[in-house]
Amino acid sequence: MAPADRSGTVDFAAVVLVTVLAVVLPWLLRALQMDFYLSFASRIVVYAIAATSLNLVLGYGGLVSLGHAAFVGLGSYVTAILLVEGVTSGTVHLVTTVAITASMALFIGAISLRTRGVYFIMITLAFAQMLFYLANSVKGYGGDEGLTLRVRSLFAFGIDLKNGLVFYYVALLVLALSLFALARFVPSRLGRAVLALRDDEVRAEALGFPTFRYKLTIFVVAGALAGVAGALSVNLQGYVSPNALHWTQSGTLLVMVILGGVGSVWGGALGALVLLLLQEVLAAYTQYWEFWTGWVLLGVVLFARRGLAGLLFAIRARVAQR
Amino acid sequence: MTGIFVLEQVLNGLQFGLMLFLLAAGLTLIFGVMDMINLAHGSLYMVGAFLCAWLASATGSFVFGILGGVVLTALFGAVLEMLLLRSLYARDHLAQVLATFALILILNDGVKMVFGTDLPLSAPASLDGPVELLPGLMYPAYRLLILAVGFALALLLYVLVQKTRVGALVRAGAANREMSGAMGVNVARLFTIVFAIGAGLCAVAGGLLGPLLAVQVGMGENILILAFVVIVIGGIGSIRGALIGAILVGAIDTLGRTLLQQMLREYLPPQWASAAGPAIASIAVYVFMAVVLVAKPQGLFPVRS
Repeated sequence: MAPADRSGTVDFAAVVLVTVLAVVLPWLLRALQMDFYLSFASRIVVYAIAATSLNLVLGYGGLVSLGHAAFVGLGSYVTAILLVEGVTSGTVHLVTTVAITASMALFIGAISLRTRGVYFIMITLAFAQMLFYLANSVKGYGGDEGLTLRVRSLFAFGIDLKNGLVFYYVALLVLALSLFALARFVPSRLGRAVLALRDDEVRAEALGFPTFRYKLTIFVVAGALAGVAGALSVNLQGYVSPNALHWTQSGTLLVMVILGGVGSVWGGALGALVLLLLQEVLAAYTQYWEFWTGWVLLGVVLFARRGLAGLLFAIRARVAQR
Repeated sequence: MTGIFVLEQVLNGLQFGLMLFLLAAGLTLIFGVMDMINLAHGSLYMVGAFLCAWLASATGSFVFGILGGVVLTALFGAVLEMLLLRSLYARDHLAQVLATFALILILNDGVKMVFGTDLPLSAPASLDGPVELLPGLMYPAYRLLILAVGFALALLLYVLVQKTRVGALVRAGAANREMSGAMGVNVARLFTIVFAIGAGLCAVAGGLLGPLLAVQVGMGENILILAFVVIVIGGIGSIRGALIGAILVGAIDTLGRTLLQQMLREYLPPQWASAAGPAIASIAVYVFMAVVLVAKPQGLFPVRS
């Protein structure tokens, strides 16, 4: 049998295994008396959603955005401000967050996508910086000190995100839906058109694809998904500050995607999982965990050029050949 | 608002702009010639400031501190370029972003391990007082020193790049790297030197601004973004563009924070002015950059045709 024939089975087995693990994780943690790690697991899931949204822009659109934290932070602020103003309905939070972050992405994308290469990197960064300083200066909503929440988003059927277990499953569901949608998007008509223009924009344009509109579409979808991640994040932490919009946050998201694997469906989630686990483990041993994280990342750049997903592909090929 | 106050703020803006230029000069050359995004350039500014502060307190002399710090930072930059950054020139922007972001983490914590989270650095006592520049215009002597050093270095760099043989090689590299390599230029060695000079200039800015701002871990992260704004506005790879961009950004930033806020206070109701003033001032630079990029996507002084 040719090796490639069984790689689909290996993939399916891996997806089932990871899904089951993620679903039973809370029980596993309880059995091991490590309940306090549940909120850490939730944080990984939230970052995984944010990184997946960036992977859509970066890995599929080929657009290096250094301002993605703008949408995550904006989503956090929209939900936080609604909560502070006394709106508790989670549905309202979700709809408003998506509407506002998508509109912002439409606005930023419509301007930024006229530039390319390093100029696109810099202009997305510039817009994120504008929001960062804006959040710093709006004293009515915490200014540079940020906003602290006493309540959380309430959904129908008594789903309250204040409950750690409920939060974990809601976030996991959002992540699963995002990954599923991304996996379906790649072989779709739009997906293949987007990949064609990532690989050769001039050719795609010559073939008559409306390249600008396609790029703008994925930029807006990614912005809205990042906004949802932000709304979840503020529900998890009960706190948002301008730091959520700082460029180093955008940098961290980029690092997660590159680490996990640019343009592979699991890349963003994998990168978020590995980076946060790495930081958590290192932080248990040394206060200088950033120092050692940096060395690990350097090692990945120099020795694992296609990120961890590239390594996993190599392993999959081995397993499938047996 | 008096003319004296305006003049004072213009001088402050010019001073900040010149320091930004010192940061942007190395960044724009590496970016322009090697097509290399170096997010860790702000870390060199931090390392430079710490080395200056450490040497200043060890020798008891501000001047020795700055000079020694600049030399050490230039050496550090050369070693960094030869050991790591050189292997990134041929990689894509993503790999460069990841590697230099990793470098920020390493250098932030590395500095913390060696020096702690901050170091004191104060201006020499002889420059403590103000100087009367014009009748009624008192200006701090130390800020005048920064202005003078900034002007001198900008002039020196301009002459170096525009009038000397080395400068011609650098400009040739910025316009077309492959071609200048084919014509026999040792681009690799040239760029170790350029990077070392860029690192040294970062240390000058870090050391001189140290007494005004604070010498602390993470100090390079916000100013790095301003330096990127400068080189994008000026045109990537252009020293002249970096100089003009830096002075524009320094002026917009400083005048926005002072004059604009005063004007708003005069024309808007106070609660509006106090809310809108700081916001407008801090985003003005980025709005300016976005406008420049939309109007002239290659910056004000494009290097490549």
